[in-house]
Amino acid sequence: MVKVLERLGHTVEFPAGQTCCGQMHWNTGYQAEPLPLVGQFVSQFKGAEAVVVPSSSCVAMMRDHYPKMAAEIGDAKLIKDVEELLPRVFEFSEFLTKRLGLEDVGAYYPHRVTYHASCHGLRNLGLGDGPQRLLKAVRGIDLVEIQGLEQCCGFGGTFAIKNADVSSAMLAEKTTAVLNTGAEACTACDNSCLMHIQGALHRQRTGVRTVHLAEILASEEAVA
Amino acid sequence: MSAKLHVLDPTTSPSFPVAAKTMLGNTQLRKNVRHATEVIQNKRARVVSELPDWQQLREAGRQIRTHTMANLDFYLEEFERNCTKAGGVVHWARDAAEAKQIVTALVKASGSDEVIKVKSMTTEEIHLNHALEAAGIRAYETDLAELILQLGHDMPSHIVVPALHKNRQQIREIFQREMNLPELGERPQDLADAARRFLREKFLRVKTAVSGANFLIAETGGVCIIESEGNGRMCVTLPETLITIAGIDKVLPRFQDLEVMLQLIPRSATGERMNPYNSIWTGVHEGDGPRTFHVVLMDNARTEVLADEEGRQTLNCVRCGACQNACPVYRQTGGLAYGSVYAGPIGAILTPQLQQMHHAQSLPYASSLCGACYEVCPVKINIPEVLIHLRHKVVEQKDTLDAEALAMKAMGLIFRSERRFRAAQRLGRIAEAPLVRKDGQGSGWIDRLPGILGGWTQVRDLQQMPKETFREWWEKRGSRGK
Repeated sequence: MVKVLERLGHTVEFPAGQTCCGQMHWNTGYQAEPLPLVGQFVSQFKGAEAVVVPSSSCVAMMRDHYPKMAAEIGDAKLIKDVEELLPRVFEFSEFLTKRLGLEDVGAYYPHRVTYHASCHGLRNLGLGDGPQRLLKAVRGIDLVEIQGLEQCCGFGGTFAIKNADVSSAMLAEKTTAVLNTGAEACTACDNSCLMHIQGALHRQRTGVRTVHLAEILASEEAVA
Repeated sequence: MSAKLHVLDPTTSPSFPVAAKTMLGNTQLRKNVRHATEVIQNKRARVVSELPDWQQLREAGRQIRTHTMANLDFYLEEFERNCTKAGGVVHWARDAAEAKQIVTALVKASGSDEVIKVKSMTTEEIHLNHALEAAGIRAYETDLAELILQLGHDMPSHIVVPALHKNRQQIREIFQREMNLPELGERPQDLADAARRFLREKFLRVKTAVSGANFLIAETGGVCIIESEGNGRMCVTLPETLITIAGIDKVLPRFQDLEVMLQLIPRSATGERMNPYNSIWTGVHEGDGPRTFHVVLMDNARTEVLADEEGRQTLNCVRCGACQNACPVYRQTGGLAYGSVYAGPIGAILTPQLQQMHHAQSLPYASSLCGACYEVCPVKINIPEVLIHLRHKVVEQKDTLDAEALAMKAMGLIFRSERRFRAAQRLGRIAEAPLVRKDGQGSGWIDRLPGILGGWTQVRDLQQMPKETFREWWEKRGSRGK
């Protein structure tokens, strides 16, 4: 992601005090633990022109819950800060397509690839076909559409542990769909889905890898 | 079949992961559920796409339901007044026990020891048929799916299509056995014919009917039932006595509100533009329909749900089942795994609340929070939000020494400090080392995790943590470096 953004001429900073958005806690029902993370996020990123996040579900966590969490903390300044900062927070593909209006970011990736639409990106963020448009503009890529694009891979954070059997059944459907495309790599805008899908693809020795969208967009043709 | 009670009871059902595991082993059931939900989903998508104002309709539906719930006491009393004025008799039931008592007494008072029933999830919720049976009253389900379940001693797995987990061949076997029709064919019309012959005789003979309600219309005191088979129309017109039982959440302020609801529900529920039968009746009329009409308004913990600001949108549900068809979890397990007549996403939020969080605590976790349910809900119930809210309630009930709670607390502390976060990353690399195995490419993988984390490695590997974290790479390279 850093490589793509810098190639496009942006200055990238990485505030060292950042840790986690708190999604795992919040979605599992632990609402006290992630509350301090809202203030931490604001203090780390407040000065940024844009905050770019390589994970759709983390962005969804912030957009869908941070205002409510700030209200629960009851700190008027924090509520205002969150309100001001959130419109500048973007998922990576969203930043490229919606904020910058780009499709071709100068990438080269000569592989057969299928795209998995993560649920939070698809439904909570409304990424639409933005990621696919970015991928279509990659030189050399052979992009194949997956069947059941809108179907969850079965990760769901602690769901994969708490309901391991159902999660596995959902994952089996997803990896079957990936394999049916004949792709050598499955990409997405969310590392958690990719870790999940990769887990099964590797276990089954399918020879199909997962790769984050940013890695594809960062790839360039070697100049001799 | 044994004579034991076949009911879905959240107070005694196994937890969702346990029940789901059993269902996942049933390959026939999984195929049936996948097929049926796909067919309905595709039909729904087609007819929804025909309406350019679908999103406005959903919003109108949401507003009508939210307004109704905010003024429920007012509209219920208005319904009671108008229904009574039209010749109906309104009864109030605090809970399932009271509702069963009232209905049983009303059936007895009608002089009948049998009833014909319109499909009603509310009667399933309170296990009415068993209460009637215990009082010596025979109940005949007349909805085709409910009939299949009743004859097969089975339980409803879907709000709209209760026998969705059965396929045609299985239904044929049930009919052959229970209707004593060894020669029965397996074409849909053969099965429908058999059901028709079986039911027609009941419609003509039985003098008392029990129905649920899709809506109670406050403005007119009328009751609305929508259905596909016409059995409901028979039940609400032929008998001498009609007893309707409805949750207090079923009220609708104005007749005109049906304009919105009758566009939303058929498309969402069965992928139809309009339900084949829409019955609306108001009180009793000389020479037309039942001469005695009762409505039992049942609370059964709905008031408690209403009292919870974040959970109350659950009551906006109009029981269309669209969330069930769209849910990737339901798709794998079917409805019986939820241990309640309300299965799928709506069941995962409704059942624990109706149990006032004393039972069914595993249900809020029976979701990957993918949001497909929210996307299709015709009244825009934000099911993922309510699931998270209920998870919080479950966590609040946990013991402070609960292993998960302690781990979450520890991770919470780690995430609050950069120093601890860095230390945790270093520690993670050390801790995972004994579990890591190298593959042919020299990259490390974990194929077996200890304890509850072992759920992950049942069917998945986990890649080793990277040798260098992003943070370390970033600091080495320096900010703004190229």
